[in-house]
Amino acid sequence: MTYKIVASQCTSCSACEAECPNVAISEKNGTFVINPKKCTECIGYFDVPQCVAVCPVDNTCIIDTSYPRYQPSA
Amino acid sequence: MDDSRSFDAYDSEPAPAQLDDIMQKIAEHKGCGTSGGSGKASCGSGAGAGDMPAEIWEKVKNHPCYSEEAHHHYARMHVAVAPACNIQCNYCNRKYDCANESRPGVVSEKLTPEQAAKKVLAVASAIPQMTVLGIAGPGDPLANPGKTFKTFELISEAAPDIKLCLSTNGLALPDHVETIKKFNVDHVTITINMTDPDIGAEIYPWVFWKHKRVTGKEAAKILTDRQLQGLEMLTANGILCKVNSVMIPGVNDDHLVTVNREVKSRGAFLHNIMPLISSPEHGTVFGLNGQRGPSAQELKALQDSCEGEMNMMRHCRQCRADAVGLLGEDRSAEFTTDKIMEMEVNYDLSARQAYQEKVEEERLAKVAARNAELESLAGENADLKILVAVATKGSGRINEHFGHATEFQIYELSSDGAKFVGHRRVDLYCQGGYGEDDALETVIRAINDCTAVFVAKIGHCPKDDLIKAGIDPVDQYAYEFIEQSAISYFKDYLARVKSGEITHVTRGDADIRQGAYVPVNA
Ligand code: SF4
Ligand code: SF4
Ligand code: SF4
Repeated sequence: MTYKIVASQCTSCSACEAECPNVAISEKNGTFVINPKKCTECIGYFDVPQCVAVCPVDNTCIIDTSYPRYQPSA
Repeated sequence: MDDSRSFDAYDSEPAPAQLDDIMQKIAEHKGCGTSGGSGKASCGSGAGAGDMPAEIWEKVKNHPCYSEEAHHHYARMHVAVAPACNIQCNYCNRKYDCANESRPGVVSEKLTPEQAAKKVLAVASAIPQMTVLGIAGPGDPLANPGKTFKTFELISEAAPDIKLCLSTNGLALPDHVETIKKFNVDHVTITINMTDPDIGAEIYPWVFWKHKRVTGKEAAKILTDRQLQGLEMLTANGILCKVNSVMIPGVNDDHLVTVNREVKSRGAFLHNIMPLISSPEHGTVFGLNGQRGPSAQELKALQDSCEGEMNMMRHCRQCRADAVGLLGEDRSAEFTTDKIMEMEVNYDLSARQAYQEKVEEERLAKVAARNAELESLAGENADLKILVAVATKGSGRINEHFGHATEFQIYELSSDGAKFVGHRRVDLYCQGGYGEDDALETVIRAINDCTAVFVAKIGHCPKDDLIKAGIDPVDQYAYEFIEQSAISYFKDYLARVKSGEITHVTRGDADIRQGAYVPVNA
């Protein structure tokens, strides 16, 4: 799995961008998006996903179940 | 960032001995209040040169945010380069703007540091009295250190005469004191709403700290510790610090007297207590749960009770993070990113200086006129005090039409003279030439504690309605200096009370206008 951003709720504040340990977050057309190929759900870095912890709007950075669970060893 | 950059263009930093001297004088200076009977406005924010150590006066005299007096003449601007934030406040909804320094409800245009630098040059060329550049968000500047300091670097190179300042919630402040020093930041504003974590827990739902979201009392404890530590570090380094507090009735209103004492003891230079803005439509936690803001009298009473402790700031407009112009005006619509990028900028330092010299002459004339008027008040010793509202566009003159005023400045008149005590924002009464009754009602509510309103011009209908509401509309001082005119009015008022021609009545309370400010020319 990976995290994704609900574009309609994102305030484009960029707080998540700076906190992501994998540089998975960037601005696209005025809102922020997560590159699923880079997101590790913060596994291996922090106890909690940084984008979720810093985002001012609850339930804006959410889990995207359409991807398989991130495998640290893979 | 290139550490080898020199900042020769700036005033070189004072030698430590001089610095100590200045800090010492700041420390000694505190505690001077409204008394003294010199007739001057209170010291500190309202002070003139006379009651302030020369070194401090030099630092503050042209600074619209430090000095109430200066804010009539000099302008500041904010650039919105810092959107991210590391805490959450219950009075903020970041779908809009930072409530610290901005009125919620209008989205700022975010700028890159390069765009911001161009904007500063464009504004400084168009508004020669623009002397201060601040970064206040729309999030927290120190949660965006790269963008914030890059902006400072570009501006200090291109426009070395402009003073830099920044506002912060303080969480990241101790980490950045060295950089703040390096860039010669002139002053820092920290928003401190509490020093008691129990109260803090009611204001801050969480802080982002060491890669975790921390909530409750623990969050508030971290925040207050970091804020006070940052404040101490700044003042120890000789950087002037102003503290902003949001007055939240029933939450921190009584506690702010303690906050005032705590920040004073750590060397804060000025304390600015601002009213909570919380309309439900802003979608903030406070707005939605019905937390009210203070009334004008409640705010003034709290400011007055802190004044003996420390200099109080009364002319704060809770500016937007992209505000431009004199404090009471907002010219941001003239300087949108599109317009700036097209502008030819011709930054002419000497033209700016020449203009500012003119402004200084006008200021001296104003002070002289006030002092002359004051002398004629000498010997009068009435207990009586009244508030008056003034319609002004700046320059310290009564130069605004009643119907065009988007705010009124409030002065307290007594036998000590005229003291600025605040401003009241109002809806535009005159839209397209005729007055609207509803709008007039809100104007009257906003200045209902005033005995008179001074204007450059006023129509017949609003005049009659004001008189009915017990407010004296005064247009006889059109285009004259505010303080001089106010003192002259007060003399006359006293004489009429004494002779029995009028009876002095105590006025009621007034509303603080809620809601977003929409620039007139937008
Ligand atoms: S969960 Fe972690 S790795 Fe994934 S986008 Fe958010 S911050 Fe980046
Ligand atoms: S922190 Fe949240 S609101 Fe801000 S840019 Fe990231 S997803 Fe959007
Ligand atoms: S510090 Fe400013 S931007 Fe951050 S939550 Fe508080 S009011 Fe909003």
